[in-house]
Amino acid sequence: MSVQDLEKIFQDKIDADIRIEPKDWMPDAYRKTLVRQMSQHAHSEIVGMLPEANWITRAPTLRRKATLIAKVQDEAGHGLYLYSATETLGTGRDELLEQLHTGKAKYSSIFNYPTLTWADMGAIGWLVDGAAIMNQVPLCRASYGPYARAMVRICKEESFHQRQGFEILLTLSRGSEAQRRMCQDAINRWWWPSVMMFGPNDDASPNSAQSMQWKIKRFSNDELRQKFVDVSAEQVKILGMTLPDPDLVWNEDKQHYDFGAIDWDEFWNVIKGNGPCNKERLEARVKAHEDGAWVREAAMAYAEKVSRNSVKKEIA
Amino acid sequence: MSNQWPLWEIFIRSKQGLDHKHAGSLHAADAEMAIENARDVYTRRMEGVSIWVVESKHIHASNPDEAASFYDPANDKVYRHPTFYDLPDELKHM
Amino acid sequence: MSESTFLFQYVLHLADDVLILGHRNSEWTGHGPILEQDIAISNIALDLIGQARNFYQYAAQLSNEEGISATEDSLAYLRDGWDFRNCLLAEQTNGDWAKTILRQFFFSAHQVDLYAWLAKGNDTTLAAIGAKAYKEAIYHLRWSSEWVIRLGDGTEESHARMVRALDELWKFTGELHTPVPYELWATGAGIGPDLSLLRLKWEERIKNIFDEAGLTYPSTQWMQTGGKEGRHTEQLGYVLAEMQFLQRAYPGCEW
Repeated sequence: MSVQDLEKIFQDKIDADIRIEPKDWMPDAYRKTLVRQMSQHAHSEIVGMLPEANWITRAPTLRRKATLIAKVQDEAGHGLYLYSATETLGTGRDELLEQLHTGKAKYSSIFNYPTLTWADMGAIGWLVDGAAIMNQVPLCRASYGPYARAMVRICKEESFHQRQGFEILLTLSRGSEAQRRMCQDAINRWWWPSVMMFGPNDDASPNSAQSMQWKIKRFSNDELRQKFVDVSAEQVKILGMTLPDPDLVWNEDKQHYDFGAIDWDEFWNVIKGNGPCNKERLEARVKAHEDGAWVREAAMAYAEKVSRNSVKKEIA
Repeated sequence: MSNQWPLWEIFIRSKQGLDHKHAGSLHAADAEMAIENARDVYTRRMEGVSIWVVESKHIHASNPDEAASFYDPANDKVYRHPTFYDLPDELKHM
Repeated sequence: MSESTFLFQYVLHLADDVLILGHRNSEWTGHGPILEQDIAISNIALDLIGQARNFYQYAAQLSNEEGISATEDSLAYLRDGWDFRNCLLAEQTNGDWAKTILRQFFFSAHQVDLYAWLAKGNDTTLAAIGAKAYKEAIYHLRWSSEWVIRLGDGTEESHARMVRALDELWKFTGELHTPVPYELWATGAGIGPDLSLLRLKWEERIKNIFDEAGLTYPSTQWMQTGGKEGRHTEQLGYVLAEMQFLQRAYPGCEW
């Protein structure tokens, strides 16, 4: 069959909402796009563990400590599901980690911001996880089967994350003067980076059209961003706090909130590595991996020893 | 030497009476560890009562390119389904 | 000391052990040697902190019955080092994976028998907590034993690291089975086990796994003690400084 025929069959399947599975023929560009997007997503999950793991040892109550551990542990799980799904496309986890550790692969810029107070655990849960969920729910219907299945599992688990985040902020918002200050300060710092999580504006997002055609992506960056702003602008009222955007106002005609201009300079700078914590985050990942090398080696050496011995026993 | 642990496919029985179902995969040095990892990764929310692990390299799959010759021939064999047979309504328990 | 004070101290000791150990294990979250094991050690941390909460809640109840108001959090966050009754072993730094594994193994090998005993002891609350915690400890023992064997019998480097970890930790193991007054009281009251009997079981467990791992059971006799009576190593202060920071900096708040 010619490549054109294969491509036609492939696109027909996608148009008919038939999932693509690992061994099916797919265009190279589709495979590449998936590997890039899925591994980037996996990297984001495991780098994303760091700013929150920061506060596990400082969590203010035993209940908060337990839920925070469980949450960060979930993120490890999500990274793992996504790496596994990516591996079905023929790229091993070793190689993917290598790309992360050498700076060749990107991860979500949001995790290059610091977690300075306990309220950041709340703001991350509410805003960052909230934005992530908005991005991720449509991916449960992504055209690539293993990706979609991983996302279904992730979305199911993710909903507790956002709720616990909001609960943290709600408690702070009803607390002492210092706690309310903490709460507003965290919202101020996390709001714009969260809004940026949806990526560049549609007219500046070159790969989007193709991804939409392949149904790897189902809504545009700006559509999702608008939805996020609309939802958050209402939720913040329950906290009795404000979002740090003087231009945020309900637009009766559009039935949406208008909001202020995004500082894309900052966005691109953080992506380029100039965020406040880019270096620390990557170093922490590299260190964990390198410090773990002897552990992984030892387990492998032992497994090989045992299987050699069991073969010997069978022969004898 | 690459110290990447082999990949394992994980199958979970969610409750007694159901089949084991593919849950995903993970890396482990040996089968014992794969089962424990599967317990921690795929049953954190009480999703399982039994776990199977198979090293991924031992799974052999049918080839999707041959899907036509493999699966289409079953299309015209409706006589394998009970509804193919026309029987009077009075007939009970069949 | 009155019976209620002994019981209170005994429960606190049980709670402090698992809180401090769980806290230490949770320092690995996000930094484990491989994703799968990051998840595993976090799970163990969660089990231990869950156990701690159960014990603290019971201790708080005992305290409230005496008219001294307490909660699980006031007990965990507002006592200073000299009131913490955890074994010295629990507070030792994580070091490398070998040291963390060995610390967990020593503890779990103790906890399985301790909890099995509590589960059939005279105190119904401790019996209920013990029964639940026992199942968790069994798994922790299995997991840590396998790792001790893998590392002991893995590569030259992993073996050397286990030997070093053993050298660092061994002197803290004796305290697990050296009874202090509230434990002697608990034994007498049929609430807690006779630690000298537990010691024999523990030694056997350790020897069996060490045999498989190719590690030598140390002959050193001298042991460090004091943690169970509030005399700690320097490590605990740092743990508490970090753990209690928010509760201390913003007293009287809800979180």
